[in-house]
Amino acid sequence: MKILVCIKQVPGTNKVEVDEKTGVLKRNGTDSKMNPYDLYALETALRIKEKYGGSVSVISMGPPQAKAVLYEAFAMGADEGALITDRKFGGADVLATSRTLSQGIKKFGEFDIILCGLQTTDGDTAQVGPEVAEMLNIPSICNIEKIEQVQDNTIIVDMDMPEDIERVRVEFPCLLTVKKDIFQPRLPSYIKQQQTQKKDIDIFTFSDMEDQNEKKYGLSGSPTHVERIFPPTSDKIQQHWQGTAQEISGQIYGLLREKKFIR
Amino acid sequence: EYIADEVQPQIDKSKWRGIAVYVDHVDGKIHPVTYELLGKARELAAKIAQPVYALFIGNDIEKEADELLHYGADKVYVCEDSELKYFKIEAYTNVFAKFINEVQPSAILVGATPVGRQLAPRVAARFATGLTADCTVLDIKENTDLVQIRPAFGGNIMAQIQTPNTRPQMATVRYKVMDAPQRLDSAVGTIEHLDVAACDLVSHVDVLSVTKKAKETTIDMADVLVVAGRGIKKKQDLQMLEELAGLLGGEVASTRPLVEIGWLDPKKQVGLSGRTVRPKLIITCGVSGSVQFVAGMNHADMILAINNDSKAPIFKTANYAINGDVYEVVPQLINKIKAGEAVL
Ligand SMILES: Cc1cc2nc3c(=O)[nH]c(=O)nc-3n(C[C@H](O)[C@H](O)[C@@H](O)COP(=O)(O)OP(=O)(O)OC[C@H]3O[C@@H](n4cnc5c(N)ncnc54)[C@H](O)[C@@H]3O)c2cc1C
Ligand SMILES: Cc1cc2nc3c(=O)[nH]c(=O)nc-3n(C[C@H](O)[C@H](O)[C@H](O)COP(=O)(O)OP(=O)(O)OC[C@H]3O[C@@H](n4cnc5c(N)ncnc54)[C@H](O)[C@@H]3O)c2cc1C
Repeated sequence: MKILVCIKQVPGTNKVEVDEKTGVLKRNGTDSKMNPYDLYALETALRIKEKYGGSVSVISMGPPQAKAVLYEAFAMGADEGALITDRKFGGADVLATSRTLSQGIKKFGEFDIILCGLQTTDGDTAQVGPEVAEMLNIPSICNIEKIEQVQDNTIIVDMDMPEDIERVRVEFPCLLTVKKDIFQPRLPSYIKQQQTQKKDIDIFTFSDMEDQNEKKYGLSGSPTHVERIFPPTSDKIQQHWQGTAQEISGQIYGLLREKKFIR
Repeated sequence: EYIADEVQPQIDKSKWRGIAVYVDHVDGKIHPVTYELLGKARELAAKIAQPVYALFIGNDIEKEADELLHYGADKVYVCEDSELKYFKIEAYTNVFAKFINEVQPSAILVGATPVGRQLAPRVAARFATGLTADCTVLDIKENTDLVQIRPAFGGNIMAQIQTPNTRPQMATVRYKVMDAPQRLDSAVGTIEHLDVAACDLVSHVDVLSVTKKAKETTIDMADVLVVAGRGIKKKQDLQMLEELAGLLGGEVASTRPLVEIGWLDPKKQVGLSGRTVRPKLIITCGVSGSVQFVAGMNHADMILAINNDSKAPIFKTANYAINGDVYEVVPQLINKIKAGEAVL
C-alpha cells in the first residue's frame, strides 16, 4: 500500500500583524514549521503503514526552504519525499496550489491513499484537499475522526458530520483529510533524524508539470485576488454596565440577540 | 469528471446571472445556515437586479423545497434520486456541476458546514474558479464582482478577496454569521426539476452506517459557556445557570473551588489546572477572575462577567463588565429569553 501525505510549511506563529502603512503582512521572525494539522495526517499514515504495511511518502509545495518539513517528516518515519518548487508557483491561491500539487503528485508516483490535514494555520481555508482530489479524479472524504479498517482495495473510515458519524467505505485511490486528535502525533526520533538528514528528495519544477501553460500557475493562475489585508476590528471593547437588574438583564438580552446567540 | 479548463483571462460576465445558494440539509431537514444565505443572496441580488436560486440535492426532499420559497428564492432547483440519499461527494459534485452549466449563476454561496466545506472546493476546482472560505462580509459591485471579506491566520488578520476573471464566483459562510431573514407568508418563486444521468450518480464511496452522535458535553468544544464561581451559594442554584446555558445552546463550567467541594465534575473546571477554553461567548457568574482562572479563558471571543463587586479583577479581562447580583440578573435574563421579547 502506498500512502502519500501532503504537508505545508507555515509561519511559526499565526500572530501576524499588518503593517499599517503598506498593508503588507509582518511576519514576526523567520521561523517556520510544519503545519500542525499535517502532523495528524502524517501520524495517521504511519499508523496505517505500521498496521497494514506499505510506505509513506511526503510532498510539499513551497519555497526551497520548505524542504525542512520533509526532513521533519523523515525523522518521524516517512520513507521518501518530494518538493515542488519554482518561482513561477509563487502567489498561488487554493486553485493554483491544488493544480500544481496534483501534477506534482502524478509525477511523484501512484498512491492508494493521499492524506491531508484538515486545514492550515495560515491560509486556513481547508480547501486544498478536496480540490486536489477533484483534479486527480479520485473520491475524497473529509473530517475523518477514525480509521476503522483497511481491506483489499478499500479503507473504512468514520466521517464526523454535524449530527452523526457516518461510517463509509471508499475505494483506492482516494484522498482523506483527518481531524485533529485522530491520533497523537509522535515526536521526531533522534536516530531517524541522524539517519535521514542527508537523504535525497525529488525536486519538481515547472518543467516537470504535465500542463505547460505558465498562466495556470502562481499568481496568474489564481482566480482569487487578495485586494487588501487589514487587522480585525477588535472586539476588545470594554463596557461597564450597571443599574437595576431589570435594566442590566435587558441590555444583556439585547446584546445576545444582536450577536445571534439567541434568535 | 474533472477536465482541466483553459484559463480564460476575461469572461463575459453578462452571461452569468443570479445568486445561488446550496441547500444544506440532512435527510431533508434544512440547516438554518441555508436561510441566512438566502437572506444574503436576496440582498446581493437586489443590488444588481438579478434572481436568487437555490439548489437542493437529496432523496425525497421535494416537500421541504416549498419552505425555501418563503425565503425569497425565485427558483428552487430540486434534484432527487435514491442514490442521493446520503451525501456522496462524487455524485453531489456532478449534480452541482449540472446545475451550474444549466443555470450559469454569477455567484454561489455555500454554508461552511462539514458537507459544504468538502463539496464547494470540488465544484470550484471543476470550474477552475475561485472559492473564498468562511466569509464574514459579502457585498457586490455593479459589475457583479463579489466583494468577500474573511479572516485568516486564526482570525489575526482579515483579507478582502475578489474573483474578477472567472465565473461562477464561490464563497463559503459559517452558520450564524449572516442575519436570518424573516419568513415571508407567501411563497414567491417556483420549483424546477433537475434531471441527472445515471452515470453521474456512480460513486466510489459506500455509506455503511450512520450513528447519531451523543450530545456534546465537553466544555472545550462548546460555543457558549456559562461559568459558575463562588458567587453561587448553593449547589441547587447551579440549575439556574444550567437553564441559561441550555437557552444559549451552551454548557456550564466552573472555577476550581466549586469542583473542590464536589458540586461539579473536574472536567468542567476552567483554568490553569483545568481546561483551556475558547468559546464564542463566555458568561462568568460570581467569578472573581484569579490569574489561574483567566489563563484558561482569556481567548474567548466575547467575555461577559457578572459580579456584584465593581472592583472584581475579572472586569479587567471582560468585554462587558456587568456590575450586578447574579441572583437577580440571571433569572430576569432567563425570563426575557424565554419570552423572546422584542429588543427595545
Ligand atoms: C489572508 C489570506 C487569505 C486567503 N484566502 C484564500 C481564499 O479564501 N481562497 C483561496 O483560494 N485562497 C486563499 N488564500 C491563499 C491560500 O491560503 C494559499 O495560498 C493556498 O496555497 C493554500 O491554502 P491553505 O493554506 O488555506 O490550505 P488548506 O486548504 O487549509 O490546507 C489543507 C491541507 O492541504 C495540504 N496543503 C495545503 N497547501 C499545501 C502545500 N503548499 N503543500 C503541500 N500540501 C499542502 C495540507 O495537507 C493541508 O493540511 C489566502 C491567503 C491569505 C494570506
Ligand atoms: C496553582 C494553582 C492553580 C489553580 N488553578 C485554578 C484553575 O485552574 N481554575 C480556577 O478557577 N482556579 C484555580 N486556582 C484557584 C484560584 O486562585 C482562585 O482561588 C479561584 O479561581 C477563585 O474562584 P472563584 O472566582 O469562583 O471564587 P472567589 O475568588 O471567591 O470569587 C467569587 C466572586 O463572586 C463574587 N460574588 C459573590 N456573590 C455574588 C453575587 N451574588 N453576584 C455576583 N457576584 C458575586 C464576588 O465578588 C467574588 O468576586 C488555582 C490556584 C493555584 C494556587
